[in-house]
This record gives sequence, structure tokens and C-alpha cells, in this order.
Amino acid sequence: MLLEVRDLHVEFRTRDGVAKAVNGVNYSVDEGETLAVLGESGSGKSVTAQAVMGILDVPPGKITGGEILFRGKDLLKFKEEERRKVRGAEMAMIFQDALSSLNPVLSVGDQLGEMFVVHKGMSRKDARAKAVELMERVRIPAAKERVRDYPHQFSGGMRQRIMIAMALALEPALIIADEPTTALDVTVQAQVMDLLAELQRELNMGLILITHDLGVVADVADKIAVMYAGRIVESAPVHDIYKAPAHPYTRGLLDSIPRLDQKGQELYAIKGLPPNLMHIPPGCAFNPRCPMAQDVCRTDEPELYEVDQHRGSACHFWRECLNG
Amino acid sequence: MVEPILEVTGLVKHYPLTQGILFKKQVGAVKAVDGVDFTLNRGETLGIVGESGCGKSTVAKMLVNLERPTEGSIKFKGEDISKMSGRALKTARRNIQMVFQDPYTSLNPRMTVGDIIGEPYEIHPEVAPKGDRRKRVQDLLDVVGLNPEYINRYPHQFSGGQRQRIGIARGLALRPEVIVADEPVSALDVSVQAQVINLLDRLQDEFDLSYVFIAHDLSIVRHISDRVGVMYLGRIVEIGKDEEIYDHPTHPYTQALLSAVPVPDPDAREHRERIILSGDVPSPTNVPSGCRFRTRCWKAQERCSLEVPLLAVPAEFRLASGPAAHDSACHFAEEKTVVPKDETPGDLGNGAE
Repeated sequence: MLLEVRDLHVEFRTRDGVAKAVNGVNYSVDEGETLAVLGESGSGKSVTAQAVMGILDVPPGKITGGEILFRGKDLLKFKEEERRKVRGAEMAMIFQDALSSLNPVLSVGDQLGEMFVVHKGMSRKDARAKAVELMERVRIPAAKERVRDYPHQFSGGMRQRIMIAMALALEPALIIADEPTTALDVTVQAQVMDLLAELQRELNMGLILITHDLGVVADVADKIAVMYAGRIVESAPVHDIYKAPAHPYTRGLLDSIPRLDQKGQELYAIKGLPPNLMHIPPGCAFNPRCPMAQDVCRTDEPELYEVDQHRGSACHFWRECLNG
Repeated sequence: MVEPILEVTGLVKHYPLTQGILFKKQVGAVKAVDGVDFTLNRGETLGIVGESGCGKSTVAKMLVNLERPTEGSIKFKGEDISKMSGRALKTARRNIQMVFQDPYTSLNPRMTVGDIIGEPYEIHPEVAPKGDRRKRVQDLLDVVGLNPEYINRYPHQFSGGQRQRIGIARGLALRPEVIVADEPVSALDVSVQAQVINLLDRLQDEFDLSYVFIAHDLSIVRHISDRVGVMYLGRIVEIGKDEEIYDHPTHPYTQALLSAVPVPDPDAREHRERIILSGDVPSPTNVPSGCRFRTRCWKAQERCSLEVPLLAVPAEFRLASGPAAHDSACHFAEEKTVVPKDETPGDLGNGAE
């Protein structure tokens, strides 16, 4: 297994109290595999990714438990220096907002080349040639001329390609893409997702795709982990989850999206709001919003029950949910 | 009965680009909106979709008179509001209200919810006499599904979905006939988005509202709209009833746009044909000649660079009265089904449909 996250806990200590952002997350991704982590804002999907990458703001953040095994070695036991060698070379991240993730006062060629100067000790001239090569690889037209341009001179889709190029620079084994297409228009989103999928196949990388878009997930993922209030509530191969969700939250999400191919009646809406991470309800965190909630849900926190060999659901009533 | 409430003809908005400090010489223009026509009927929802920069938000601003059009007219019940001023404009504005995209920045953080929703009454005191206002605001809170006791709270005490409800309540305060909603749910989470869409649906019936619903999410627009217009680079390229546009699109841009939308069904990815457009939208300062979509169109021929295609029913569909016979601005319009029909509705396992 390329990456395995085991029972990860992260909290943020703030003036108002302790926010429990991640509460025992387990997931794994193998080479050439795409794992989609699905969740709404505040579900802990990005915080988990930041912990894996080692870019969590500490403090206020703090990893209070768990292991992050990368090729069998626990990254949390690494020294910062060792960690830095892994980051960029072995695993890389693509961020949502390319404009604010790129440095506005450096040309894109300098930023791409920096990877080679820092990690590989290349000369600036060689690094620049590498930068052009990368830009061609992500199909930026006229790469040679544009390598001296600054981020603001590129369109949104092109900037996201530069982010991808930067992540791919050292051919890492794992890429974490945090909402890589959310800021893009649909036609450009399709271009960028296609490119990402193609490069992943070519380099046989593991990909963790963090998103809230059920459509994008259905298009590219092999398996899904659905997060709610810092926990994984359902994990399953992509085909199973859309056919028959085994957790009421997943079901609610699927029912609440309008469909392009159907003119629906009233949309199903999950009532209420996601919980405040400083006061997560006892028992199952979803119970105040759940149409199936019983007394046991308000007292006992459900474990991730095994639905079948490849599926898990953190719901006391997953059988009922699975059968509709 | 079909009764037009808003009629937009030849709407143009150009922002001049100038050079020089003292003698500002116009060197060009950003053609944000470049000839838009549509009609909104009473009780109807017209959806406007398009990518960023296509001019859809500029259209919204002109509809509520936040921007004055360079050319063209916007007729509300037969009277042109774009040329009005003073008292007449004030009255007209009461009837067309707007709901904004970002519920975080469109509410004043220093005002209480009661003041925010009640502010329209300061400008139009004839709608609600002073003593009656608090009661009205509480009624509005109740209508949009918020606790009327929250009247003295501040915006930061609410979640995104609740804030958007406050924005909607403010839009309803003056009992308008038309509501222009510019991306009202795009800043919200999926589970909350459905709540707000259902609310908008319910309010439409309750208050006999007509909506202009602007969004980039094609699935949401289909859900809420009766008719849909597709915009590209300042113009409407195709407009028609929702099934005409979604199931029988004839303009290549609409087809590409629809085919690019990810469908939440992993089985669809094998048998779906995707039209991936090359390149980006051209700059609105330098619009291509002829058909403005031709630089990205796979069907483009010489004629497309010479002749501007008009928004009308294409000749080949004019005789048949099928769903393909709707307005489409393309010389080579051709029907093509790009959204795979879901043969077994409710296959999501939701049993609700």
C-alpha cells in the first residue's frame, strides 16, 4: 500500500475552545488508484490532507493521535528535515485556488524550476529547460515563450495546469488534489480533469481527490470515502455507493443534488446544519439531521461496520439504509 | 396565460477602455454584453447559464438598474426602466429586486438582521408604515424559515445557508414581482443548497414571483427553470424551454457545455461522449468576427467568420414543430443528444421519485 492513514486525530486549539477537526480517519490509496474524499466544508477532508502532506499549521493545529504510513513508514515519526525531502519529491499537492497559491512576483518558469534547484541541485539554466518541458507536458501552448510570464498573465485553466505541472515536477508517487477544479468553468474543468487523469495513468501515481462535487467523483474515482464531522462515515468502491448508499448522510447527499438528465420535483434536503466542531453531538454526529435516528444513535457512536469486503458504513442501521 | 413582465431588447453594455490622463481617448471597449434579447413571462423562471465572463452578471445588474445599458431597452410591464430617473425609477425598482451570490459579503456585518431586512422600507416608506415594520420583518423571517426571534442578531451569528435566507427575505421585503437571483446558491454546501432551492421554489408559488435565475451550474438551472438561455461572450446563443435546451440542444456551444458537466453516475462514464473544447473564452475586448464561438468550435467554416448568426429558429427545423425548433444562433445548427437519458429514474436508490 502506498499510503495508509490510520486512526488520525487532529484538533485545533483556539481561544474559544478545542475544535475537533479530524476524529479517527482511516483511508488508504495504492499506486495508480484514485481515492475521492467527499465532504462538505468543515468535514475535515482538507485538514486530513494537510496532515498527510505535513503542512498543517501547528499551532493552532495539533495531531493528537494516529499514524500516516507512506510506503510502510510512519511520516509522523519523521524529523522535519526528512519530511521535507518526501514532500514535493514523493508526494505533492494541488491546491484549489491557483492564483493565490502561485507567487505573483516570480515568473512561472522560476517557480517550476525551483523544484529542480532545491531538490535536485540543478543549475538555473537546466531548471528553466525542465520548466519548459513540464509546461509542454501539461499542454500549455507556446511554452517556450510563456515560461517568463507571471501568474496573472495566464487564464484560470492555464494557471491550474501550472499547479499540476509543479506537482508533477519530480514525478511523485502520490498526488493530493484539494478541489482542483472548483474554481474553474465546466468546459475548462473537463479539460483539467482529463489531463490529470491521463498523467496519473502515465506515471501510475496514487491520487487523492478532495472534493464536494459528486459529479466529478463519479467521473474519475475508483473508491470513495465520505467524511462528516471529522470521521469517515462511508467508504466504498465508486459504483456501489451511487447504486445503494449504506449511510443516510451519503443517501441524503445523492438525493439532494439536482440532475442534468431529470427535471425533478422538490429536491430532498438534509434538514439542519453540519455540527459545530467544538460541540460534536454525542453518539453518531449525524443523528440530529438523520431521518432514521433512534435512541441508540444519540448515545453510542457507531464504528465503521463492515458492509462487505470492500465497504464500510458508520451507521447502526446500515442494513436498513442499504435496502432503502 | 402568457403575459410578458420583462422584455429585454438589444441590450448592450460596453465598458470603455481609455488611454491618456488629461484627454482620455477611447481605445477600445470591453464588450461585456453585446446584444441580448429575451422575455420573462409572469410566474415563470428564466435561467441564464454561461461561463465566467460571458456577461450574465452584467445582465443581472442592468435588470435591477445598478448599471445603465449602453444601448437597448428593458421594459417592465411595457415601460422602459433603463431610461427612467427620479421618482419613476424609484417606483420601478421596488418591483424588481435582487438576491446576491455571496451571503458573506452582501450583508452589512454591523447591522442587525432586523435592520438589514427592514432597510428597504426606509427607502420606500409607503410600503410599510413605521410602527408596522418590526412585525413585517418578523413575518419575513418566518416565511424564509428562520426563527422570528433572531431579529436582533447579527449576520456573523448565522451559517451560510441562513445568511442566504436573510438575503432572500430582504429581496422579498418590498413585495416585488420580479426577483433577479445572481448565483444564489453557488457559495453554499450541497446539503444546504437543496434547502435554499426548495425555498425559492416555494416562495415563487406563494408570492406569484417571476425569477431571472443566473448560475453557472447547469443541473441547478434545469431544476428550477421553465426556460433557459445560454450565454457566450456577451450574447445569448440558444434559448428555449428546459427540455428543448437540455434534451435537444442544437448549438454546438450548448452541446459542449452540457457534455462537460460531470454526471453523478459512475456507470455513465463509459458510454458518455464528451466534447472537450480547446482553449479559453476569447477576451471580450477583442471579440472574433462573425460567430463569436467559432474560435473554439469544431464545426466552424469560412461562413462563420463572415456572417453573424442570428438568434432564431434555424431553417432546417422551422417546418417541423418538434423540440429542436427553438432559437439557436448557429449557421450549422444540428440536433444532438449529449445528456444520456436516465432510463430508470430513481436508480440512485432514493426511492423518492
